[in-house]
Amino acid sequence: MMKRVIEYLRSLLLLELLAGMGLTMRHFFRPRITINYPEEKTPKSPRFRGLHALRRYPNGEERCIACKLCEAVCPALAITIDSTENDDGSRRTTAYEIDLFKCIYCGLCEESCPVDSIVLTGVLEYHMESREEGILTKDKLLAIGDRYESEIAENRNKDAAYR
Amino acid sequence: MSTQPEKAVEMVNIEIDGRAMEVPKNSMIIEATDKAGISIPRFCYHEKLSISANCRMCLVDIEKSPKPMPACATPVMEGMKVYTQSRRAIDAQHGVMEFLLINHPLDCPICDQGGECELQDLAMGYGRSVSRFSERKRVVKDHNIGSLVQTDLTRCIQCTRCVRFMDEIAGTNELGLMGRGDRMEIGTCLSQGVDSELSGNVIDLCPVGALTNKPFRFSARAWELIARPSLAVHDGVGSNLWYHTRSGSVMRAVPRDCESANETWLTDRDRYSHFGLNSEDRLLEPMVKVDGRWASVTWDEGIKAASRALRETVTAHGGASLGVLMSPSVSTEEYFLAQRMARGLDCPNIDHRLREQDFSDDAARRQAPAFQSPMAAIDDRDAILLVGSNIRHEAPILGQRVRKAWRKGASVAALNPVDWNFHFSLANKIISAPQNMVGELAAIARAVATATGKEIPASLQAALVGIQPDESHKAIADMLNGGSNGMLILGQVAMAHHQASWLRQLSRWIAEASGVVLNMVTNGGNTTGAALAGALPGQGVGGSEAEQGLNVREMLATPARTFLLWDIEPEFDMANPAMAKAALATAETVVAVSSYASDNLKACADVLLPLAPLAESEGRYYAYDGQSFDVERSARAAGQSKPGWRILRRLGAELELDGFSQVDISGVLEELRAGIGDEGSTLAEAELAAPGSGDDLHRVGEVAMYSADALCRRSEYLQQTVHADNAFVGLSPDDAGRKGLVEGSDVKVSQGEGRVILPVRIFNELPAGAVWVKSATSVSNELGDSFGPINVEAA
Repeated sequence: MMKRVIEYLRSLLLLELLAGMGLTMRHFFRPRITINYPEEKTPKSPRFRGLHALRRYPNGEERCIACKLCEAVCPALAITIDSTENDDGSRRTTAYEIDLFKCIYCGLCEESCPVDSIVLTGVLEYHMESREEGILTKDKLLAIGDRYESEIAENRNKDAAYR
Repeated sequence: MSTQPEKAVEMVNIEIDGRAMEVPKNSMIIEATDKAGISIPRFCYHEKLSISANCRMCLVDIEKSPKPMPACATPVMEGMKVYTQSRRAIDAQHGVMEFLLINHPLDCPICDQGGECELQDLAMGYGRSVSRFSERKRVVKDHNIGSLVQTDLTRCIQCTRCVRFMDEIAGTNELGLMGRGDRMEIGTCLSQGVDSELSGNVIDLCPVGALTNKPFRFSARAWELIARPSLAVHDGVGSNLWYHTRSGSVMRAVPRDCESANETWLTDRDRYSHFGLNSEDRLLEPMVKVDGRWASVTWDEGIKAASRALRETVTAHGGASLGVLMSPSVSTEEYFLAQRMARGLDCPNIDHRLREQDFSDDAARRQAPAFQSPMAAIDDRDAILLVGSNIRHEAPILGQRVRKAWRKGASVAALNPVDWNFHFSLANKIISAPQNMVGELAAIARAVATATGKEIPASLQAALVGIQPDESHKAIADMLNGGSNGMLILGQVAMAHHQASWLRQLSRWIAEASGVVLNMVTNGGNTTGAALAGALPGQGVGGSEAEQGLNVREMLATPARTFLLWDIEPEFDMANPAMAKAALATAETVVAVSSYASDNLKACADVLLPLAPLAESEGRYYAYDGQSFDVERSARAAGQSKPGWRILRRLGAELELDGFSQVDISGVLEELRAGIGDEGSTLAEAELAAPGSGDDLHRVGEVAMYSADALCRRSEYLQQTVHADNAFVGLSPDDAGRKGLVEGSDVKVSQGEGRVILPVRIFNELPAGAVWVKSATSVSNELGDSFGPINVEAA
């Protein structure tokens, strides 16, 4: 009985309200965590798994040697490769296609690649306007690689110690 | 090579990993473990090759032995205790693997063997995860050894399987091991290519990626391929193989073990012919010629056009005005339905013996199977006589078996028109121009008669007039009589010979008198099936009597009004291409069912229906010795092509004939089997006209090995080999001297109307009177008979 009387009297003092207001005021002066995407962006791990790319060596030669390990390891069967012998006798792809609708961005292709050719870049902002654009052909993949090479190389360097 | 003793196997008791077992004395430990299912790693050991014990991977621990011993080269002994999993054995194997990997490059991702590599597999179990070797790895320069096998010798681990294969099985000694220690490398002895007809087998033998399939190079990975069992039909051996397919198309062929046919080997012809499947002139849709121009039509229209052509001819002129010519290498179901259709139309003229010229003993010949004994029994023969046979090229697997018998001690002799380069040596040989072969064989018959005291029947006397055997004939007769287990092989050259009947009749008597078996190497992949199914004039299903019709030669000599050509290229597949072309040109209508539409076929045909070749089709095939193989479809049929039995079924139904209502191929097979008894082939005595001989030049027109059928003619990789170099006319030094011709000079070669200009090559292997112009090549298809008179004059 006594306890209930005390609680009633305390409620008249609006202590909960003051505590709530205090929390609000605390957060009012804290740094905010929401950002104004797309003007502002959150930092990304160098291991981020975004859009795929095929890399080249600095001299412009394609890295991919058509070993087909990525094709074999891909759990979603999103990769299709055709290979042949190049004019210089080396093993090369004639077709390298990734179906973005099948891909689950697990990164196993990247992990299996013996020459660091297929990589998942940090690019996450892309869209398609038709179904067929969801198939990344070799040309597109190489173009993505060329465009983001500096970023890809930097991310690889950051992660090198752990690989 | 098995080291097991032949007779009365003595057994010893040994213990492997605690399991007691009884094994044949003198066998090796690895044979016992393989049999018991205990796995021992190995690279150099191969069941079919001699033991070299140089990879040291199979080291096992043997009780009371001071060191680990190689399981492949350690014979079992009574009471021996072997431990394959002891610390010492495992350590030894790990050590060997580390040494092997020292100089093996880490290029698995670009190596074609990756995924099916014995070294890769074993390195997973026995290798270290990180190499302790930080020095430079060795690099070995590659050799270009031809268009079929790719070398990457840096990857070689010197197991010498390829060297031993070339020495022991292929018999060409084309690969050898040079250098010592870490400079040791595989090389061609005389820096030439590897030209053996069995060279592709080194690809399968190589445990690493040092020798790989050149045409297949980099085109697919082992794990992407689906292996489908199939058969090779370039000869009648019935070589079992796997077609490795990827998304419905054949990527490569590898052998499938079949001890009774090809053992574990595959000839290059069988391995590389499938590259011709998708050649440019592949017929992809039914076509009908309208006013001299080809128009693509639907299957319905194509079938209607074909059946109308057949029906109109038969209605107007009777069944005898129709001629059905079939390839000797299609499925038995096709032969069965085709002969049912032909006979349903009252047409007795059906034949598949396209490369034969002499049919005078036809009535005495009940053909099927062509061999009197199993092919595997060739290995154990002790006396072999080859009559008109370049067995290495006709059926390389049979050649290999003859070599095997020779290695076991058999004497081999030959009566041939060319002194072909065999991989066994001949105890006796008679090299005679084609026109004299009957005489030479008759001399052997006379020698056999003298040796056995048996009398030569009257029917053969005509060939024996004025024939006296000399020493070599007597030696051959003694060889056949002396053996307990002899064999006479009549080769494709003899079967295609212009006096083949005489060669058959004489051989028949020689074989009978000296108690040896007679095996005839017929030309084609399923001649046994064709004969069983009754695709012969005057011989129905299972050798039953049928109305006597015209054979190939008669059909072409008195051209029928309408021809049905089944998978035939007239300019290549016939004994006399000139005659075939002329006959087809005079025919009113030619219906061609074919996989390929060459320009020549398009010129003579009026209806073309696309036929799916074996890889894309199904059916039963019979080998020379009568064993049968059922084949299922391996690859997706190109274009609209269909299996032959389906085409015939629709054609038969369209013609409103009885017996064409099967729903699947097993229905056809059932009907076929009901008609086939177990009667073997017989060759009875036949009365023949006296054999003529000639002093003029006669052609030796053996079929070039890689021109045997439409498929291998279209395989560009086979056509790049030395065996496809057939644009020459071979003359003996005598004949060349007489005509004043020198090596390399152009000469005009003519047979009847047909003439071609070819460079001369002079061969000591040729007898005087013989002119060597191979058949079935693009340069010889203007000429006439493969065997017959030929004129050679300076151009």
